[in-house]
Amino acid sequence: MEDLTEVYNELIMEHSMNSYNKKKLKEADYTEIGHNPNCGDEITLELKIDNNIIQDMAFTGHGCAISQASTSIMIDTLKGKTIIEAKEIIKTFIEMIKREIKDEDELKKLEDAIAFKNVSNMPARVKCALLAWHTVDDMLHDNK
Amino acid sequence: MKRDFPLLENSNIVYLDSGATSQKPKQVIQAVQEFYNKYNANPHRGAYDLSAEATEIYENTRTKISEFINAKNREEIIFSKNATESLNLIAYSYGMGNLKEDDEVVISIMEHHSNLVPWQKVTKATGSKLKYMYINDQFELSNQEIETKITDKTKIVGIAHVSNALGTINNVKKIIEYAHKKGAIVIVDASQSISHMKIDVQELDCDFLVFSGHKMLAPLGIGVLYGKKEILDKMSPFLMGGDMIEYVYEQETTFAPLPNKFEAGTQNVEGVIGLGSAIEYIQKIGYDKIQEIEKNVILYARQELSKLEFMTLYLTPNEENHSGVISFNIKGVHPHDVASILNSMNICIRSGNHCAQPLMRFLNIDSTCRASFSFYNTKEDVDKLIEGLKKTYEMFKKYISI
Repeated sequence: MEDLTEVYNELIMEHSMNSYNKKKLKEADYTEIGHNPNCGDEITLELKIDNNIIQDMAFTGHGCAISQASTSIMIDTLKGKTIIEAKEIIKTFIEMIKREIKDEDELKKLEDAIAFKNVSNMPARVKCALLAWHTVDDMLHDNK
Repeated sequence: MKRDFPLLENSNIVYLDSGATSQKPKQVIQAVQEFYNKYNANPHRGAYDLSAEATEIYENTRTKISEFINAKNREEIIFSKNATESLNLIAYSYGMGNLKEDDEVVISIMEHHSNLVPWQKVTKATGSKLKYMYINDQFELSNQEIETKITDKTKIVGIAHVSNALGTINNVKKIIEYAHKKGAIVIVDASQSISHMKIDVQELDCDFLVFSGHKMLAPLGIGVLYGKKEILDKMSPFLMGGDMIEYVYEQETTFAPLPNKFEAGTQNVEGVIGLGSAIEYIQKIGYDKIQEIEKNVILYARQELSKLEFMTLYLTPNEENHSGVISFNIKGVHPHDVASILNSMNICIRSGNHCAQPLMRFLNIDSTCRASFSFYNTKEDVDKLIEGLKKTYEMFKKYISI
């Protein structure tokens, strides 16, 4: 139960149930759907990029608390970052969830997204936490 | 009862996912072990005693299963990997061979994907149509729906005996009678019923019946297809290979008679042995006793779950039409979160779409939580589930916005 209350904490619960990032952008440059066929979670990410900087980002869709909160907190973390910075953060987040991080200091760049660290102890939920991150990773890859 | 189940005996988990797979009694585990210790050889192949013994055990189990479901002939029992493979065999062999343009296949909206996706494929390939019988607000198929959807054009009806997502017991007897009147054959998916109730294929008069062993105490990877002999005889083989042939020439092959025609390659003999042992175990307890125990627990679960006002239940109000599984949601909380939190209390339930996406879409939901029961479950298990659900709701309460 200890791990669990750490995962379902105030920050994650707030983001999952009442996220201000859950909306449609007025003008999105990129739109991508992320889908987890096993559980039915589906999110649509919208991205606005100017001068290689992520100017704005939002999401719609449905899913469990972990997938919804992970998406919302990811948006907070990546907004205002350059594409190169964003890719670094995404890589670190994925490594954290997969327990591949060697230097704990690296996690600092994740800001609030560090709240998902304990999901790495819940194998059944790893996919939920990673859904948005994999989706945005694909989007950034597609447009270098 | 839990004493016989090593996994339950040696842990403190509350196992409420028998609809996905049942736990195995030590008698079944021992029977499999004994096969490898004493009788392991490839049936139907060797001229030596050991292979003959393996053949005998394998074939005796076929007889045991035919008696268990009261088939008229033992060669009407075909071994497969699971219910899914049995259904694919029927779809590809019977469906592909018999469906013509404008024919109709009728299934219910509550079918498992395994009794749905193969029919999409086969109806598309043959130019026939796939039609659905929908449930009413009591999560049941009405007689009117059955009689509207099954028509003179219907050639095949596929129906789950018990819904794996809702626990509704379908009136298969009525469906079979009506379909036969209209000239259609009926496939019964007994995956969710066979561990809970006595099945008599002659009394039902179904044309095919399928089930998986692993949901009825047997090992994973063994399934059964029952088919009426006169229908199976006319069907072409599904998988080609060893042991299903008679003569093989460079360009032509003639096939073995039933049941070997449908059993290509070396079979899952340990699964067959385990299934035989599972049937003996069920027979020893008896379906009357199983039903008595399960009814007691399920009625209690229905009653206690109904008291939780923060829940939505997807449940027929008619107790007599309900078996095995209960689907529910905590309003405003995603089923995966519920399942994760229950997991932290050692309670195993399923969450998701239960391989029934069209049903979920019909009910206008993404997924549900599902607790499924077996005779080894107790009222204490239900109490722990209720307690777990209350705690889960407490965790989420202040964030839920509906």
